Amino acid sequence: MTVAVNPVQTGEPVFYLADEHPHPEGYSTSLGFWIYLMSDCLIFAMLFAAFGVLGANYAAGPAPKDLFDLDLVAVNTSMLLLSSITYGFAMLTMQQNKIAQTQMWLLITGLFGAAFIGIELTEFAHMIHEGATPQRSAFLSAFFTLVGTHGLHVSCGLIWLVTLMVQVWRYGLIEANRRRLMCLSMFWHFLDVVWIGVFTFVYLLGVLR
Amino acid sequence: MNTDTHAVHAGDHHHGDGHAHSTFSGYMLGFVLSVVLTAIPFWLVMSGALPSKQITALVIMAFAVVQIVVHMIYFLHMSPKSENGWSMMALIFTIVMVVIALSGSLWVMNHLNSNMMPIHEMTGMK
Repeated sequence: MTVAVNPVQTGEPVFYLADEHPHPEGYSTSLGFWIYLMSDCLIFAMLFAAFGVLGANYAAGPAPKDLFDLDLVAVNTSMLLLSSITYGFAMLTMQQNKIAQTQMWLLITGLFGAAFIGIELTEFAHMIHEGATPQRSAFLSAFFTLVGTHGLHVSCGLIWLVTLMVQVWRYGLIEANRRRLMCLSMFWHFLDVVWIGVFTFVYLLGVLR
Repeated sequence: MNTDTHAVHAGDHHHGDGHAHSTFSGYMLGFVLSVVLTAIPFWLVMSGALPSKQITALVIMAFAVVQIVVHMIYFLHMSPKSENGWSMMALIFTIVMVVIALSGSLWVMNHLNSNMMPIHEMTGMK
């Protein structure tokens, strides 16, 4: 729909578009997804704040020093870091239209992610077995909420990753799948950024305290 | 760096403006940096190399901040130009919110803790 305005002065009518012109599908997806990630970042900020406030309230229960095994956390951190770089390789091979290699790197990323979740669940099971349950103290409630929320995000990322592998397998590297892989890339790297905060503020500073 | 990524993109016709400006060397540089920036804080805490705990805490927090920036640049491909600057705007807004929420919570709750009446005095007041 166009509207003519100011027809008198120049004699030539000037046209303005009253409706927004159509955009190609998915042109604003990456910005929209980025804004979603930023809102997710706020969720984690609140959980970090809760942990920061409650992190020293042990209620005469176990303290980080008694619970955390830094060797295990280091292994876990390296799993997530390796999965980040292998996802990067998946994106690079995607740009070169190499479907088989993209799938391979996605699979490796998924395996590292699964290893991360596996190690984290083992750690949780060990803690709960020792009586360090979320009910034990405010510190443990905040710990399980923060680290558990991150783990839940990674688990959702894994489900998403498998879904996209099926999509790529069925439809190839079409434009829509490239866009989806790009969003998951942002999600995956974002979770690695959150993990930097977790291992620094929860594990390292916890053991240091 | 910008020119060679555009050369790669020139072949395929998917409009990649906000999209991945990624190169192999970029990812590898980011990976090596983050391995180093992860390993040093773990080593500092596990070995207790620094004499004071406060200094160690400050140093590992500084490493975390640097590593977050490294990830933002090399893995998330943040630049002031992506999405006409709107990603950066959203990021800056979020950082402001996060800083207010974190510092505000810690500050206020710390005061509440120190102003709280000790429990044994309350039980003795009956």
